[in-house]
Amino acid sequence: MESLSLHDLTAAYALDALEPDEAREYEEHLATCASCQEDLARLSGAAGALAFAVESPAPPPDLRQRILDAAVGERENVVPLRTRWTLAAKVAVAAAACLAVGFGVWAATLSRSLDRERSAREQADQALAIISDPTATRTALSGGTGSLIVTQGGAAALIVARLDRAPSGKTYEAWVIENGKPQRAGTFAGGGEISVLRLERPVPKGAQVAVTIERKPGADVPSGRMVLRAKPV
Amino acid sequence: MARDLAHLSDEAVVALVARSDETALAELYDRFGRVAYGLALRMLRDPSLAEDAVQEGFLAVWRNAARFVPERAKASTWILTLVHRRAVDLVRREERRRADSLELAPEPATGPADESAWLRLERERVQNALKQLPDPQREALELAYYGGFTQSELAERLGQPLGTIKSRMFTGLVRLREILGEAEEVAWSH
Repeated sequence: MESLSLHDLTAAYALDALEPDEAREYEEHLATCASCQEDLARLSGAAGALAFAVESPAPPPDLRQRILDAAVGERENVVPLRTRWTLAAKVAVAAAACLAVGFGVWAATLSRSLDRERSAREQADQALAIISDPTATRTALSGGTGSLIVTQGGAAALIVARLDRAPSGKTYEAWVIENGKPQRAGTFAGGGEISVLRLERPVPKGAQVAVTIERKPGADVPSGRMVLRAKPV
Repeated sequence: MARDLAHLSDEAVVALVARSDETALAELYDRFGRVAYGLALRMLRDPSLAEDAVQEGFLAVWRNAARFVPERAKASTWILTLVHRRAVDLVRREERRRADSLELAPEPATGPADESAWLRLERERVQNALKQLPDPQREALELAYYGGFTQSELAERLGQPLGTIKSRMFTGLVRLREILGEAEEVAWSH
């Protein structure tokens, strides 16, 4: 039933006519639904054709150079993808760029830690989309080294460097706190050089994000110690 | 040093962009920058906002080129989708949809004098295809794609159930694809 109603969001998604939370839900579904992937490929071709139906006055001549300058400026901060990188490695590079600290052996570490989790690939894919969204805002975490990245649609990812592994029987749990009310947003184990968590709920304007240590498998209301916090402006 | 990439397919140029080759990004801009700007201007009705949308869209191309899957979309579709998405974000943020009343008058078929023949033919082809759609389907596609309205907003604005809007958008896109595909087949058979 749920996936049926998600199937018929394909046309609206191809036209960018979904609310941000609907679009996010659809994208999660899309990652695992071959028939939607096929439909979307067909429908977005038709939607893309609509771009050609409007008049095309020449853009200002300097726009081309501005785009190229901005692109080259970005490249200097990110290692070029020389070969076909694994997804996890791309997440690591993007995350490293966000943290503005060195990278190197992270890719391997992250890859191993991601492989352990069942839905790790989708998690990583979604996290990468958020991290690499050029219009997303980045907020430094207090309590540790890392960033909270929030897209304009509210989709969010946490990147934390060198966070000790959660004690046995416990887990890190993220919370989105809006109007003083915390709502659970996913758990992660920590450990390793870098942890990436794609938050399970959007971060609306004015909301904060916090991470506490909770008993496994995670709690519905936070009761443990708060270790990290970020308040996007 | 400038290289001539003109002989490469769009998809091959995207593959070069994935290797951080800025001359390849320039080539993509030369191929699609004008269409992208026209689209953004139509949606945002403000030259400087349209420039922002095009710039952000092409930077998204630059950053995400390694994730482009040629089996799933044409490169032109993928690039214009990224630009469209930025323009939708901006149009919603600026609330320009409510400030302007969106006229749905068909665009005149004669374009700017300096436009390439290819762009002019392409525009006529898609406009003709749109004209063949029943009015309610064309209206739903135009308001969603050019107006930046969400399906729920459209349902409210047009006083129709959400299911009706969904089915107009779906049927409209499927039909548009068929018409455009037929036209292509006819062109190739010559």
